[in-house]
Amino acid sequence: MEAAGESRLARVGALRAPRLELKWLIIGACVALTLYLGIVPLAFLLWQSFFTPQSAAKAAQFTLGNYRDAYASEETWLLFWSSIKFAAGASLLAFALGTLLAWMNERTNTPFKSLFFALSIIPLIIPGILFTVAWILLGSPKIGLINLALQRLFDTDAVFVDVYSLTGMIWVDALHYSPMAFLLMSAAFRSMDPALEESAVMSGASVLQVVRKVTLPLAWPAVFATLLILFVRAIESFEVPALLGLPVGIQVFTSAIYQAVHRYPSQIGLASAYAVTLLVLTTAGVYFQSRLSTRGNRYATMTGKGFRPRLIDLGNWRYLTVAIFLLYFFLIVVLPFAVLLWSSFQKFYSVPSVEALSRLTLEPYRTILGHPNLMRSVWNSLLLAVSTATLVMLVTAVICWIVVKTKLPGRWLLDNFASLPMVFPGIVLGLSIMILYLYLPIGVYGTLWIMLIAYVTRFMPYGLRYNTTSMLQIHKELEESAQMSGASWGTAFRRIILPLLKPGLVAGWIYIVIVSIRELSSSILLYSPDTEVLSILIWELWENGQYVELSALGVMFILGLFVLVLLAQIVGRRFGIREA
Amino acid sequence: MLSVRGLSTEYTDEHGSAVRAAQDVSFEVPAGKLFTLLGPSGCGKTTTLRSIAGLEKPREGEISVGGALIYSSKNGVFIPPSRRGLGMVFQSYAIWPHMTVFENAAFPLQVSRSKPTRKEIEARVLRVLKAVALEEMAGREATKLSGGQQQRLALARALVMEPPLLLLDEPLSNLDAKLRERMRFELKRLQRELGITTVYVTHDQSEALALSHSIAVMNRGRIQQTGAPREIYERPANQFVADFIGTTNFLRATVDAADGVPGFHRVASEVGELVVRAGDALEPGAKVVISVRPEDIRLSESRPQDGRNVLEGTVDTKVFLGESVDFRVKVKDRVLQSRAHPSLGTRVGHPIYLSLDAEKCVALKETPE
Repeated sequence: MEAAGESRLARVGALRAPRLELKWLIIGACVALTLYLGIVPLAFLLWQSFFTPQSAAKAAQFTLGNYRDAYASEETWLLFWSSIKFAAGASLLAFALGTLLAWMNERTNTPFKSLFFALSIIPLIIPGILFTVAWILLGSPKIGLINLALQRLFDTDAVFVDVYSLTGMIWVDALHYSPMAFLLMSAAFRSMDPALEESAVMSGASVLQVVRKVTLPLAWPAVFATLLILFVRAIESFEVPALLGLPVGIQVFTSAIYQAVHRYPSQIGLASAYAVTLLVLTTAGVYFQSRLSTRGNRYATMTGKGFRPRLIDLGNWRYLTVAIFLLYFFLIVVLPFAVLLWSSFQKFYSVPSVEALSRLTLEPYRTILGHPNLMRSVWNSLLLAVSTATLVMLVTAVICWIVVKTKLPGRWLLDNFASLPMVFPGIVLGLSIMILYLYLPIGVYGTLWIMLIAYVTRFMPYGLRYNTTSMLQIHKELEESAQMSGASWGTAFRRIILPLLKPGLVAGWIYIVIVSIRELSSSILLYSPDTEVLSILIWELWENGQYVELSALGVMFILGLFVLVLLAQIVGRRFGIREA
Repeated sequence: MLSVRGLSTEYTDEHGSAVRAAQDVSFEVPAGKLFTLLGPSGCGKTTTLRSIAGLEKPREGEISVGGALIYSSKNGVFIPPSRRGLGMVFQSYAIWPHMTVFENAAFPLQVSRSKPTRKEIEARVLRVLKAVALEEMAGREATKLSGGQQQRLALARALVMEPPLLLLDEPLSNLDAKLRERMRFELKRLQRELGITTVYVTHDQSEALALSHSIAVMNRGRIQQTGAPREIYERPANQFVADFIGTTNFLRATVDAADGVPGFHRVASEVGELVVRAGDALEPGAKVVISVRPEDIRLSESRPQDGRNVLEGTVDTKVFLGESVDFRVKVKDRVLQSRAHPSLGTRVGHPIYLSLDAEKCVALKETPE
């Protein structure tokens, strides 16, 4: 045995040059792609904002005019102010709703709460544009069901709710994103060790003192981080401002960018200047949030051991909390879906009544299924979603391996570059990619490729997060033992790392498929007649006033996504079992 | 078989400054022997092992296995770990959770360049699984194994390629005390039966004493002493080795003169005049530290006949351990620890005589702190 081993070793020893070509080829390609996707659009956007538009007659020239135009006018300050008002309002309302629900769910004995936890995630599946449209059908002053019903009830012409207002915008956006606040705050409540509060009680502190001296200081990083995430998300929001704000002249940065591009002649320089401002806002938000979460680790409220917090016995008040849950679920899932469902069975949009009931028809479904663009949009959406998810997950697996498992100098920089697109609001990313490939004549403009580039860029940070979580759980010795067994890097990556990464890979893949299918704010600047996707088709139906067809498509879309999520959970559970 | 010469390693900490781990480490392991690197955590023993494995790239030195150079800073040789063909058992066992027991053990053969046939792989895997008594478990998921079984599987995986050298990185540290003791014998039996050259890393001195042909005690990146287990225990080279291996009493002393018997000296210690043994001749007046182990201090209630190295003290505390009693005896200002048979029942506060075996009183140079 020994003799055989020694002679083999001698042979190996003679073969000095280590074969690492494949390894470095793959790593190099992934790093190059990440850097290209992360940096180039941003650089181009900045560059563009300092130049005059290029035309056949004259070349682009350096100018500060875009910023002068943007910031000298009072309009911009109004724009800034309304953006802040909208984002602050929406994030605070979403936070209040989400925190209340999270507290009820984590710290009280409200009945059926585990069921509510599952149900409250459903709204995140509903695409923003459909949620907004549903609320227009509910809260529009002219056709809104709520107004019409109340008017009939009180026999007046008064308008009770008007969704076409800043308040309306805040309401719809906050409602749609309250589940996000709910999930973030639930995690915060869950990770807070109740022993910290209990030991304060044991030290003789009163309830008020406990809250003031222990609970609040402990919860503060989580609260602030959640608020920042919600604020950044709200300021990036496109669907609500575009559908609810633009018709009544309330502009925020995202809708202003859209309008600047769609004006004739399009003012790309101005749009870029707006985009840079928006980017500064989101970057600041993301920066503070990441600072906060690294600092938050100091507070080590997460000890890793499972603790069962003492639940507050609400007594009869628990009927109130159940009622709140029910009302919330009604507002956020039942009502919007019901109104879409109702209008999808009408020939023309009309208010529910016995008379309208007799006019139920499948006509909208027939129309939409016969729509010339439908099959192409579905195909484009699926093709894009699957390729984006696959590409993102594989590339970020390599990136994340470099960041987590190697000691290469500058690897933290790579992590930051791959996370950079996180600060891009969808519409800003769409704009920068549009400009970039208008100037770069490599023939991707107006094709599906440009959408793929946009999607991959936009969702790369998510892929990285999913992969990193899984990668951190893979003990480095699992890979080292493969090396010691004689496996090359490629073999070890394929046979050890990827299978062990599977839970994160699969979960991230599914998440990216879903968000890609719903994507609107980047696509809206990048699509061409041949490359329409589902969300764009919905947008066009809305612009054409085809509400009933839109509803029919929306109902099928939501059901389709719902099935996808269910499948995802089943698949996820199957892959989850073998998690190391 | 294995030869390590002048090995030095360095790693960068989170602040970016270079930290030295192993420094000028050299040793030879003859074929078929089990060699142990023993030391406290951070002494550089694991880094040394990982450098042999190729998982770490040393800064300086030379490593060769069976005459073939696998690392040399001078000649710029660095064979990557996957080409070294060595077997290794990791501290965490590193059993791949997504594979069965069989698949785990078969992996090294499947990826090897010699491309054995499926039949050949099966035969070799079953043979090695049999050697570690896991052949019944071949079809099981690896995660369903107990700690001891996982450890044996890791060993099987390391042995299946029939490597010239087996590297073991604290393989027993994750097992509970009972199992650890059993696996210790198991490991020793297997190593002796297969005659495979082995490098073993541990911080557990009793493990090292029980298993090894030869031990290198390391501290702060340097080898302090290399020798057979008994040699290390009975003749520690310095204060660190004496302290790290087993329990001992240290007494400060000044050399008076050489004793009549060669190798022995008379010293004036904190507790009185003693005759001690020293490796090298000592100059009169030199400051030394005397190490004497608890089991080498005999206790008696009456003064022993032989008057050499006899001290008088009072019992300070005692701890009953079942098979023995630990006495702490106060002599002048010092408290000496002694292990005695449980039949000795001297009460606390009562006088007692200590007699120190001169053969076992070792004079050492003080390790500067």
